[in-house]
Amino acid sequence: MTSSVLDQPVTCTSAPTIRQDVEKPVIRERGQREVFCGLTGIVWLHRKIQDAFFLVVGSRTCAHLIQSAAGVMIFAEPRFGTAIIDERDLAGLADMNEELDRVVTRLLQRRPDIKLLFLVGSCPSEVIKLDLSRAAQRLSRQYMPDVRILNYSGSGIETTFTQGEDACLASLVPELPMEDADAPASLMIVGSLADVVEDQFRRLFEELGIGPVHFLPPRNSRSLPPVGPNTQYLLAQPFLGDTGRILEDRGAKRLSAPFPLGAEGTTLWLKAAAQAFGVDPEHFQKVVAPGQERARVAIERQKKTLGGKSVFFFPDSQLEPPLARFLARELDMTLIEVGTPFLHRHHLEQELDLLPDGVQLSEGQDVEKQLDRCRDSNPDLIVCGLGLANPLEAEGRATKWSIELVFTPIQGFEQAGDLAELFARPLVRRARLEV
Amino acid sequence: MQLTVWTYEGPPHVGAMRIATAMQDVHYVLHAPQGDTYADLLFTMIERRQKRPPVTYTTFQARDLGTDTAELFKSAMAEAYERFKPAAMLVGSSCTAELIQDDPAGLAKALNLPIPVVPLELPSYQRKENWGASETFYHLVRGLAGAKAPDAGWQRPERPQGQRPCCNLLGPTALGFRHRDDITEITRLLTSLGVDVACVAPMDATAANIQNLGDADFNVVLYPEIAETAAKWLHRTFKQPYTRTVPIGVGATRDFIAEVAEIAGIDPSAVLAQSPTRLPWYSRSVDSNYLTGKRVFIFGDATHAIAAARIADKEFGFNVVGLGTYSREQARDVRDAAKLYGLEALISDDYLEVEAAIEALEPEMVLGSQMERHIAKRLGIGCAVISAPVHVQDFPARYSPQMGFEGANVIFDSWVHPLMMGLEEHLLGMFREDFEFHGDAQASHLGHGAAKERTETQDPSSAAPAGDSTTGDSTATLAEWTANWRQDAEAELKKIPFFVRGKARKNTELYAREKGISPITLETLYNAKAHFGR
Repeated sequence: MTSSVLDQPVTCTSAPTIRQDVEKPVIRERGQREVFCGLTGIVWLHRKIQDAFFLVVGSRTCAHLIQSAAGVMIFAEPRFGTAIIDERDLAGLADMNEELDRVVTRLLQRRPDIKLLFLVGSCPSEVIKLDLSRAAQRLSRQYMPDVRILNYSGSGIETTFTQGEDACLASLVPELPMEDADAPASLMIVGSLADVVEDQFRRLFEELGIGPVHFLPPRNSRSLPPVGPNTQYLLAQPFLGDTGRILEDRGAKRLSAPFPLGAEGTTLWLKAAAQAFGVDPEHFQKVVAPGQERARVAIERQKKTLGGKSVFFFPDSQLEPPLARFLARELDMTLIEVGTPFLHRHHLEQELDLLPDGVQLSEGQDVEKQLDRCRDSNPDLIVCGLGLANPLEAEGRATKWSIELVFTPIQGFEQAGDLAELFARPLVRRARLEV
Repeated sequence: MQLTVWTYEGPPHVGAMRIATAMQDVHYVLHAPQGDTYADLLFTMIERRQKRPPVTYTTFQARDLGTDTAELFKSAMAEAYERFKPAAMLVGSSCTAELIQDDPAGLAKALNLPIPVVPLELPSYQRKENWGASETFYHLVRGLAGAKAPDAGWQRPERPQGQRPCCNLLGPTALGFRHRDDITEITRLLTSLGVDVACVAPMDATAANIQNLGDADFNVVLYPEIAETAAKWLHRTFKQPYTRTVPIGVGATRDFIAEVAEIAGIDPSAVLAQSPTRLPWYSRSVDSNYLTGKRVFIFGDATHAIAAARIADKEFGFNVVGLGTYSREQARDVRDAAKLYGLEALISDDYLEVEAAIEALEPEMVLGSQMERHIAKRLGIGCAVISAPVHVQDFPARYSPQMGFEGANVIFDSWVHPLMMGLEEHLLGMFREDFEFHGDAQASHLGHGAAKERTETQDPSSAAPAGDSTTGDSTATLAEWTANWRQDAEAELKKIPFFVRGKARKNTELYAREKGISPITLETLYNAKAHFGR
């Protein structure tokens, strides 16, 4: 599975090129990237799908990355592991396919509860061209129907951070059961959400009278949602370019919407579904009004901390444009630069429209140059990864770790205030401390 | 191919990062794909460093592979030099770059930079973090100090009369377990002995400091995993003797003082007579009686594991029931140490194997890395961390060395803390039926929740990895023989505190099986107790 980011023409000079989009200029850069690779998505995916196991086929670096990104040792028995390639494999002393079969056999013996196994490609496995899709087919023949075995690549040479989830879900789409052509219209929500958020949305759709509603990924591999020409899908996450494309190959249609972050984003996101399913506008308003009001009150509380403050986003999860839209429109913050690893113009069409004119977007990264720009602009708050946060704090700058935005329930009305609070907390903290 | 859940060490280039990050003016250019920058957060988050590691990652992508990744390396290196103006540079490959064989050493040479550039060959599919740190430090020392190497036949002249001896402290790195405080403690100790510290390396050293390492009279090797290779080279080249004793624990610290005195030609008796540590008295104090014979399992890097075993045995009066390391390079030393306690060392970097060993041995305390802390927590056993890998809480704000006399004080406190204090243990034992103590009551300091009687809940198929011969066999044979407990004996068993109940059950069943007793009665239970009693 090649990632869509690779298909995009990117300027290969180290000097930034400003695209001639007068209203929303984009700096496209390449250089050192201070971002995770797609393997990191395993940290939340392995909890989301409760009977799935993620086996990375890679190096010690891959294993070290996942345990470091996971904060190390959170779970007694994680549903992920690494088959570490060693010199015997590379020297051809061991048949790598036989070795992989041996590791998978040992793993499945140890964990009979596993029903879905992902073989996850890494930089080393891609470079040596180890064919994991053939391995997955071979092993599937052996273990079906007890265990379904799929593969995708989370390698850093192909995927950035959340693109790992995209690749994972894209590998799952061909497995989805086919929905009959005459089945009634159904809605599929695509992208991992916290269980609590999923339940809230499920209730809202029910009140709106929209159904059946399915979620991808499901919490259990035995309840894969069906897909067909009457499926309309709504993206819950902005980083699912490949998944969307493959869903469309299977007949599903995308409902264009902003992402459900903040009161406005959530309203418009639900509205896209309501319109597609012919929900009466008055009924829609009645259903969403209480949530909107709760979100408004909760957001208002954070506005006194955040209003009028400036914010600079380093690229991390592709959530940056919708988050920036939320901060600009609902909390009156000034956007200095909104960095994202990859700007999916199609899926973000409505987000880009909502962003204030003149906002500086950037795609890709040359971290040293971006740090120069950040220091020059001296923002009130910097949203960045864990590798940069403490060094910037030590310079006296306020930072918000971006990874928390991926690991926290932030979508929907009930979480809008929590989301605002995540940005306010570093500023509140600085104001409180007298040491 | 090896199945790994958690890894004790990172890849060797992370070891190289620990050297570069420890130093002041060395920059490392790492040929690596996107994602390998995760290693930065080890330093900025776990160690809370205020600066980014001095590392430039070339960040190649799939589409670069067919074209010119070598050009990418060269431009990244040239830009890093211009931006950071380091005094020396390290260049090398991460695991993926190793496969594409771009030759960073040759490319760096072609750039002809006006500073020393040290190329690193760190085979990622063969070696690990500590080895990478050791190799990096060695090549850096050789590359920088080598310029000042005397002729082969050169002999180190006698130190002039009246001049204080001086030494280098070698080994402390970024991300090391208590390295920061060990430096302070050992510098203090050496100063009190009349020995000056010329240079600490790599921690806080400059490239110029490394160039001058040969000037000192001798070297103190604090962490052999990292500095022994370099110390050996310095010994050969500059005829600098180096210390073999790692001063962790009271006995080892005293041995270290004697060794330094011997090398430096000074009199240690005043410092030895003083030995300012409370550990010996605290250990002799009557309240420490309950420490006697506590069964401890020890696992960590070789240096800390060996030191911990000696302290546990000689200075705490514990019984060492398991000793092991993930450092294969130092496996022989750990095997030798294990023999002192009548044990076979566990040499493994397989977390599952270590977990199975702890489960099988049922120790009362675990001294290990953060990995073993996790295992111990799950099993409801007290645990103290004695070795890397460590997490953010193992970089305490307070001064807390492991080495020297203050280190011994710190070790006493941190090992005793997770153990049940004497009287609470008695109360739990005497009044089993107190409703607040209920059958599975935890000692209050171990919190709630994790406790469970281990043998009863242990499912051999899930607890032990498949094909594990050491634990698998005995469990299997035990399973074939079905223990038949009389109800009163079973009830009596419940009166034994949970943390030894599993052991008591196992011993009783073993005893009954050997003697062919069935059913197990109250009498069998107490006969077994007498039989296995320590």
